[in-house]
Amino acid sequence: MSDLSLFIVAAMLIPAVGAGFIAMSGSRPNVREAYTLITAALLFGVVFMLVPSVMEGARPATEGFDLLPGLSIQFVIEPLGMIFAMIASTLWIVNSIYSIGYMRENKEKKQTIFYTCFAIAIASTMGIAFAGNLFTLFLFYEVLTLSTYPLVTHKGNDDAKAGGRMYLGILLTTSVVFLLPAVIGTYFIAGTGDFTVGGIIPEGESPYLIAALSVLFIYGIGKAAVMPVHRWLPAAMVAPTPVSALLHAVAVVKAGVFSVVKIIVYVFGLDLFSGDATSWVVYAAGFTVLVASIIALGQDNLKRRLAYSTVSQLSYVVLAAAMATPLAIIGAAMHITAHAFGKITLFFAAGSIYTAAHKTEISQLNGIGKRMPFTMAAFTIGALSMIGVPPTAGFLGKWYILSAAMELKDWFVLFVIFVSTLLNTGYFVPIIYRAFFKAEDVPPSHEHGEAPWPVVLALSITALGTLALFIFPEVPLALAKALVGQVL
Amino acid sequence: MLDQLPAIIIAVPLIAAAVCAIIRNETICWLIALVVAFVSFVGSATMLGQVQQYGEDISYKLGGWAPPAGIEYKVDLLAGYVLVLVSLIATAVLIYGRQSVKVEIKKSMQGWYYTMYLLCMCGLLGIVITGDAFNAFVFMEISSLSMYTLIALGKDRRAVAAAYQYLILGTIGATMYVIGVGLLFTLTGTLNLADLAVRLGPMLDTPAAIAGMAFIIVGLSLKIALFPLHLWLPNAYAFAPSAVTAFLAATATKVSIYLLMRYLYTVFGFGFAIEQTPIPEVVMVLSLLAIFAGSFTAIFQENVKRMLAYSSVAQIGYITLGIALANATGLTGSLVHIFNHAVMKGALFMLVGGIAMQIGTVRLSDMAGAGKAMPLTMFGFVLGGFSMLGVPGTVGFVSKWYLAMGALENGWWWVVALLMLSSLLVLVYMGRVIEVAFFRERPADAVPLKEAPKSMIMTAWVFILACVYLGFDTSFTVGVAEQAVNVLLGGAQ
Repeated sequence: MSDLSLFIVAAMLIPAVGAGFIAMSGSRPNVREAYTLITAALLFGVVFMLVPSVMEGARPATEGFDLLPGLSIQFVIEPLGMIFAMIASTLWIVNSIYSIGYMRENKEKKQTIFYTCFAIAIASTMGIAFAGNLFTLFLFYEVLTLSTYPLVTHKGNDDAKAGGRMYLGILLTTSVVFLLPAVIGTYFIAGTGDFTVGGIIPEGESPYLIAALSVLFIYGIGKAAVMPVHRWLPAAMVAPTPVSALLHAVAVVKAGVFSVVKIIVYVFGLDLFSGDATSWVVYAAGFTVLVASIIALGQDNLKRRLAYSTVSQLSYVVLAAAMATPLAIIGAAMHITAHAFGKITLFFAAGSIYTAAHKTEISQLNGIGKRMPFTMAAFTIGALSMIGVPPTAGFLGKWYILSAAMELKDWFVLFVIFVSTLLNTGYFVPIIYRAFFKAEDVPPSHEHGEAPWPVVLALSITALGTLALFIFPEVPLALAKALVGQVL
Repeated sequence: MLDQLPAIIIAVPLIAAAVCAIIRNETICWLIALVVAFVSFVGSATMLGQVQQYGEDISYKLGGWAPPAGIEYKVDLLAGYVLVLVSLIATAVLIYGRQSVKVEIKKSMQGWYYTMYLLCMCGLLGIVITGDAFNAFVFMEISSLSMYTLIALGKDRRAVAAAYQYLILGTIGATMYVIGVGLLFTLTGTLNLADLAVRLGPMLDTPAAIAGMAFIIVGLSLKIALFPLHLWLPNAYAFAPSAVTAFLAATATKVSIYLLMRYLYTVFGFGFAIEQTPIPEVVMVLSLLAIFAGSFTAIFQENVKRMLAYSSVAQIGYITLGIALANATGLTGSLVHIFNHAVMKGALFMLVGGIAMQIGTVRLSDMAGAGKAMPLTMFGFVLGGFSMLGVPGTVGFVSKWYLAMGALENGWWWVVALLMLSSLLVLVYMGRVIEVAFFRERPADAVPLKEAPKSMIMTAWVFILACVYLGFDTSFTVGVAEQAVNVLLGGAQ
């Protein structure tokens, strides 16, 4: 155990120390980017060293550090956290490659702060993934919010300031006003906040209390963006594309839905959460799935459409977790993984279009597939994964969620998935159609081909990853099954 | 030597103040003050250590006269905890303040400044250490009179008016206190607090005792600046010299809170004051009003020092809320917050003092672009803001955790809700400053800015780092506070 606990600490220290090196090498961009890549690679190595033992059933843990009596900072790796850490550490490498191409080509300012905050955000993401109790989770959840704020406001203009205000305002408000009381309440009721298989809320608590706690948790985790606390996500679109990728795929929203699933599984427990007191969550999430998809239909700005698509996809995860059956939890875990790869591909593609063609609106994209074939092919794969078409990763998550809904004969969930799939198709396919089948109506302001090679490389990797996850889903699937106590 | 410590930490500052008044050379006075403050700190820490180690209170008979006839100096865990706080802050502010005193105070007055500073520290330590009700009044006057003088030394001419306002209200408060003490003395014939508690026991129901209690509580509330008796505080904090504000905000009100706790829990007793009177309910309502009114007013301040002053009104509300919760957890939160708030507000006022020195004003609009020009100062301000907000990993979180848990123990879940809501107001007023400093460009015609002198920045940063360090390692603050709560609650039952 002890040597594995060293790896856990390393997983958090590596990006934190890396951030220090990055911050100190601001005057030498090449050295600075080398630090980013080296740090990302090291982190990737450390995280994947942990995978085999977790798959064998080990639960590596660190010693708890008592902050106050009964309140400690502790890290324990369980399957869901392992999945999340794998996603984040893998995508960080790809995102770094992409960032280098994007930030240099667009001549963004303050790149040192950008890379530094990015590394800190990853360190706190590791803290969230490996948190062994509610308090530790809350601690790193807040650090993630604060460390991403400078990224969201990167451009420093009035739009960025307004977006940043919304970002920080909603995320901090919800976490302080709802999540913190939920955390305090849980410690008060249960006497502990340690994540425990089967939950920690004692039996026989009144259903009103359970319902109140679930409201505080679901809306307190603003990063999961269940309506109406989703507004920060479109607002944060002012940030540069690599930041959007961080928010939508690597860390932030993933931290949100990860926390929701983790709390449902390890704090409430599936038995308790399948009761009547918490049945409202399914409806709240289903509502968000549909409404966000409808809003996405009406957006002409590509990044905004993707943002609303994220809101809708996140609620898929919440919806699945709220059904609280083993199949549904597997579906939730798989959907987190699939969405990460699919959505990062879509954002990379959007950024690639912006970098090469300086276009941001969907109506400008006629015929762009001929100029940027790799980008638009990757975009297509990402879009298919969002819709849930095989052979993409998105199919897997949806399959499990559908199976769970069938098993429960939950007509509401089936209806939501059916309609939202139609809507997904409705807002993605026209983009693909425009890009490949419509002729270029207005010649672009300048001749352009593909974006710089690091950008194209990164989006190709994630697109291939989306396909590969469909063909080789063994590792995440095994972990997802271990999460609900099933052995493969 | 060691058993003379209680007398030493009071007598030495008193004598040193007189010496400073004769010498009046800035450098020498500063050195004397620094050495004396540090000696007091070491003395206080030693006494706290002794009390912790031997589990026995230190009692010192002044002039060898046995209590209750003579004056007794008494150091238990609670007193030791506050003594350490006051002397620590006094020392730090001396290190911090020298450069700003040179700029803000007239040369001819600088010697007097250190004289008054030492007197003030002597008075504050005296209030804490004495076990005698009237002696506490004497020290209260020593500290207040010197404090009025210190405030009036401010560069802004409004400082004189602020000092005058504080003088009037402070005197009313002290007078009420002494009337209350007089009534209790008439009833019991004793001034020794411990003796008073014993003799008052059977007479608590009498109108005279209740009147005495009321006078003392209201008088102390004025000194504490408990809403709505806080009117003197914003101007005093805003117009005093920067170093004075840092010292005042971190210590003066805290000492009065200490005295109030003593009276409520020890002299009048838990069984009477808390259980049989509506005091907890009244204090709770006033605390919540203080938290919301203070934070809300802070949002609309253009003067950053005034903004932090209103924030102090609110933070005092958190401390008194813990008193009103009247259970071990809530009181622990209250005591921890006395220390935590002193550290974080002290740090913030120190940073603002640096800004005042470099920019020349503390108007928010003049701070545009300060983030780029004074990154250390403004980054410290951000961290201090996190602590005020109660972000986990800072001291602010620890206090809030205990207060919330204490409220839940009483079943007051709606207090928890209000506590959390109040954090949002903190987010708004601290966020305003941070936005202006980091996102607004400095006007092209403004004088170029640079960081404040090293001694100021470094002291402030020691406190900022303490905000984070004490947010993780709570063994000192929470450890001592939990034991000190036993002193308060144990003495009553």
